[in-house]
Amino acid sequence: MGGNSAVTGSIHPIAGEYRRRPDFFRGACWLASLLTIVLLAFIIGEILIKAFPAISKFGLGFITGIQWSPNRDVFGVLPVLIGTAASSFLALLLALPLGLAIALFLSEDFLPHSVRQVIRFVVELLAAIPSVVYGLWGIFVVIPLIQQYGAVLASKLGFIPLFAGPAYGNSLLTASVVLALMVLPTITAISRSALVSVPYALREGSYALGATRWETILSVIIPTAAPGIVASSILAFGRAMGETMAVAMLIGNSQRLSWSLLSPSNTLSALLANQFAEADGIQVSALMYAAALLVVLTLGVNIAGEAVLRRTQKATSGLR
Amino acid sequence: MNRTLIALSLIAASLPQIGAATALNGSGATFPAPLYLRWASDFRKDSPDIIVNYQGVGSGAGIKQFSDGITDFGASDVAMSDSEINKVNGNVLMLPATAGTIVLAYNIPGVQTGLKLSRNAYVGILLGTIKSWNDPIIAKDNEGVTLPNLPITAVSRSDGSGTTAVFTAHLDAVSPEFASKVGSGKSVTWPVGVAGKGNDGVTALIKQTPGAIGYVEFGYAEKNNLTMASLQNKAGNFIAPTLQSGAATLASVNLPENLRAFITDPEGANDYPIATFTWLLVKKTYTDAAKAAAVKAFVSYGLTKGQSAAPELGYITLPENVVAKVQSVLATVK
Repeated sequence: MGGNSAVTGSIHPIAGEYRRRPDFFRGACWLASLLTIVLLAFIIGEILIKAFPAISKFGLGFITGIQWSPNRDVFGVLPVLIGTAASSFLALLLALPLGLAIALFLSEDFLPHSVRQVIRFVVELLAAIPSVVYGLWGIFVVIPLIQQYGAVLASKLGFIPLFAGPAYGNSLLTASVVLALMVLPTITAISRSALVSVPYALREGSYALGATRWETILSVIIPTAAPGIVASSILAFGRAMGETMAVAMLIGNSQRLSWSLLSPSNTLSALLANQFAEADGIQVSALMYAAALLVVLTLGVNIAGEAVLRRTQKATSGLR
Repeated sequence: MNRTLIALSLIAASLPQIGAATALNGSGATFPAPLYLRWASDFRKDSPDIIVNYQGVGSGAGIKQFSDGITDFGASDVAMSDSEINKVNGNVLMLPATAGTIVLAYNIPGVQTGLKLSRNAYVGILLGTIKSWNDPIIAKDNEGVTLPNLPITAVSRSDGSGTTAVFTAHLDAVSPEFASKVGSGKSVTWPVGVAGKGNDGVTALIKQTPGAIGYVEFGYAEKNNLTMASLQNKAGNFIAPTLQSGAATLASVNLPENLRAFITDPEGANDYPIATFTWLLVKKTYTDAAKAAAVKAFVSYGLTKGQSAAPELGYITLPENVVAKVQSVLATVK
């Protein structure tokens, strides 16, 4: 006890010395983090200010309107909102089973560690490919496929509104297929870490009760990691919603309501990318309004994803 | 000693040049951009002390930057509106610098050339009332051509553009139904089809989609070997898009005093129906006399020597009477 206090006593003056000096590093960190928040506020503020004329003129009718005709000053984004949600949802629908399967494959010991590392690296590398390259790949690979099989699909299943013809190469489905590939790394990486963090004791317990490997995976590991998998899906959804270049190249850029997956559609981000350069007057404001909606949607989805992810980490750490 | 002399004389020789070099910055329409860039580089050879920069940023952005005083001259496929002119207190002259036609290019397997589209046919296609290539309205004017039973994919521009403005102004003029359903403007809502960004985006979509038809500028379509349809003009004749038929259209236009002419539906028997002038925007009065002189020299070059470069790039040479009229207006720039 006495020795301890002697030690702290001898350290104390030096610690005091440190404390008296201004802590530049700490200050810089504070400043940097504050700057990020200010920047975000500034961007949102700027968008809202520019959007204000359209917000006050069109109000909520902007969101429920189905016609976007800049030449007549008629602006409604419902078809675009639906296109944004539908393409992202469809992408998720396609990517989730695949992403989860890859994540499982990489988190269990089906393969030697070194091989898994390579596969994991390759999947995560998908996230590094520029959007425009995905767009080009979509144009040269996915569009011809969709043109070929879309027409067959439309002729066989055309009575279902979802597959009604005529089948366009540039369609909601094309964009969704490419988006699915683009969000795959997000789903795989986050799901994998959720699966890996399932406590080993749970698996052992399951095996000890006589469960097979698949029973363990399906009824113990996946349910335990479920919140993390859900979070990965939400974040992937957010990424898909904000994706611009590849979508603008593939979706067909048409602001019309249609049930068919084979019809061209549009998303908020593609609309902005296409029309901003030549917009003037109230159209700029309307595009800013659309941008504000996009920001609100993606921020909302990302916050929800992060929140779920945090709760998961807390929940699984409790199991440890 | 010798070396110092050489150095001094070099500096002396270069000084007046640096002093006299005038930089002109312009921006605007992408459609005439290849021609203006060509003029800029050729003009440099004639007048080494004037440097012209041009950026194809789009007609709308070109007008905006010119009005804000960012550029010395602007360029637009659509003449400035009265309110836009008021914004610069009327200190602007719109000078037709070149002209072009807009074509309907198509991709129908088995139909290599010579598709004829009547007014009913192309308006119907773009309104979505004609859905298949073997529709009787199209077949009627194309005897001997085997038209496939293939769905039509109409291709339009997803971005705002002068090309769309000119094209829709024509459709608006020829079809009351189009006028009420779609209307005209730089960015409209098309009832059918897909859309691509820029002339290149539209071109790619046409090339890639069997059954596609879309509107692009003549020069662009020619450069990319797209097959173009002959369109029926007001006189009822089917006219193939060529430099000659475009020139015929321009020759019949009567330019008003302010040089702002919209050709929506030309009447001549051999006129190609969809053509437009494209304008250079210059100030009536420049604060810098050197700039005024440089602008005059450059535009004058474009109107004279520059016109000969137009056809090879797919633009229509301005008729002589138009050049004379524009020159006389250009002379008033101060």
